[in-house]
Amino acid sequence: MARKPHGESAAASAGPWRLALRRLRRNRTALAFAALFVLIVVFSLAAPLWANGVADTSPNATHTLEKVEVDGETREVVNPEGRPVGPLWLGAGGKFFLGADGRLGRDEMVRLMYGGRTSLFVGIAAALITTLLGTAFGLLAGYYRGWVDATIARAMDVIWAFPVILLAIALGLSLAVGGLQIGPLHLSGGSIWIPILIIGVVYTPYVARPIRGEVLALREKEFVEAAVSQGAGPLRVMLGELLPNLLSTVIVFFAIGIANSMLLESILSFLGVGVQPPDTSWGTMIGGGFELITSAPLLTVIPGAMLLLTVLAVNVFADGLRDALDPKAKLRLEAHAGIAEPEGTPV
Amino acid sequence: MGRFAIRRLAGMVAVLFAVSVLVFLIFNVIPNADPAKQLAGRAADPQLIASITEEWGFDDPLPQQYLTMMGNIFSGEVVSYETEENVDERIVEGIPATFSLCIGAAVLWMFFGILFGYLSAVRAGGKLDRALTVVAVTGISIPVFWLAAILLNYLTYQLAIFPSGGYVGLTENPLEWANHLILPWVTLAIVYVGFYSRVLRSNMLDAMDEDYVRTARAKGLSERRVMTRHVLRNSLVPIVTLFGLDFGALLGGAILVEGIFNLNGIGQYAYESLLNLELPPIMAIVLFGAFFVVLFNTLVDIAYAYLDPRVKLGSSAQ
Repeated sequence: MARKPHGESAAASAGPWRLALRRLRRNRTALAFAALFVLIVVFSLAAPLWANGVADTSPNATHTLEKVEVDGETREVVNPEGRPVGPLWLGAGGKFFLGADGRLGRDEMVRLMYGGRTSLFVGIAAALITTLLGTAFGLLAGYYRGWVDATIARAMDVIWAFPVILLAIALGLSLAVGGLQIGPLHLSGGSIWIPILIIGVVYTPYVARPIRGEVLALREKEFVEAAVSQGAGPLRVMLGELLPNLLSTVIVFFAIGIANSMLLESILSFLGVGVQPPDTSWGTMIGGGFELITSAPLLTVIPGAMLLLTVLAVNVFADGLRDALDPKAKLRLEAHAGIAEPEGTPV
Repeated sequence: MGRFAIRRLAGMVAVLFAVSVLVFLIFNVIPNADPAKQLAGRAADPQLIASITEEWGFDDPLPQQYLTMMGNIFSGEVVSYETEENVDERIVEGIPATFSLCIGAAVLWMFFGILFGYLSAVRAGGKLDRALTVVAVTGISIPVFWLAAILLNYLTYQLAIFPSGGYVGLTENPLEWANHLILPWVTLAIVYVGFYSRVLRSNMLDAMDEDYVRTARAKGLSERRVMTRHVLRNSLVPIVTLFGLDFGALLGGAILVEGIFNLNGIGQYAYESLLNLELPPIMAIVLFGAFFVVLFNTLVDIAYAYLDPRVKLGSSAQ
């Protein structure tokens, strides 16, 4: 990296990353929301501690016919009409802190914590896939141009032409029942990797397109010419020269990808084609709660509020991150804004 | 211009063809996703599957099945698996509700999106800007279906401020039409208001650095005139692009909002078909939705080429 024939001024190498960090540290709003995100992650990671130490149950354990002692008074977890007990807070020593989740009488708080793990995991893993695929395709299309670009662009157009949610649902529906077999890799119908893959693939064009645009501009720069004249092959130019210059964009896309992936996961799971039981996510919890919305609205409100807070935290932090990394950002964060950019190649 | 438009239209047909093939493949080629198996449900016995396979011709070669399906969709003969009702007719029936929902929401979100974006950009860094940013980012972060469920529960079921569910035709009773649609409109618009105001704000901030803005100021134009005539106007072009895409996608059905508010539009039909694992309606609806996405995409590109002479009219030009 040190001997990289950088076309830019030497001052630029004085540490754009350190400058960015300094700018980020001054952005108190972004930091506050980053802290909120960390808090939510810790909350979710603490699930087994709460489940074993306080609530003494597991996310899928049913307590339909059981009773709990609340301040010396005995109450049914699920009453004969099938109505679950509401939040007991610490009334039963932390059991059913947020009440039970429905007829099955599972502990809502425990499920909320475990659900957070699933939602966060799906969001982060899917965003990682989107970012990797999008960056790879964007690099290839922008670097090679010509037929490679045209082929990738058309493939992306097809994904793009689908209403995203409909495509994801169709895939989810198809795969949730049948599973997926790619070569030696087999994913059974209920695997959590199915929604992850679907979300990761569906959002790929939204990253690939803007990245391609940036690559098209970057590859005309002198430092690329210099590298090529020194005998660098395509791979080295792409990974060694272009990628480092794309990194700030890629990082921001990754952050925003987490937020979008978590939202899409919740939609898929709400409809029953995302995360499958026995796994729980905030989306499946909202779906379950929705059936009881008139009698126990909190079962819908709480997981949704957690999701909203998490996505909000990620979005605000991503915003700060973008400002810090590239104060004159012209990033097309708003995913599809780049579609008709003047330098694009109409069919 | 004419040749450019024709080329775009040809591309449009190609994309639609690819989309239809893709949907078809999603349901047919992915291992274990046998449509007969899906039709029979999760716990089906082999006999049922065999009889369904026989009856629906799932044994035919795939290209033939595809052609049959497409032929049926375009000739209006396609029927759903379970109820055997005509799919195209159901879609046409859903159009008024879906279009009412989308157009109303679009008016709301364009108005508030542009208003908030404009105010944010003009007061960039100020208190109003920060407040509007909070509103916008929250809007972007809200799970739409959750918001729909919450609003429906508290404002309709509990407080009875709005009538519950259903769609009333505009020609039947315009007041009830609007009354039933207010919540769905607001729910749908909130997300886009956040999105559009953010995009407009950043576009306007970019535009403010441009030379033509300095020139306009140097000419002695009032600040307001500079902002509206020069900055805002030039920043609206990408918004129009976005709008074309989003609006096109929505016409394919705002699945969740329609489903939760029980509007009986195309989106809800898609929702029900998905729950019942019905390929024919899904296939038809996806095509219908994709048609609008591609159509608006193409219209936007053509409009763009018309408005902005820098856009090359053909890939071979220059």
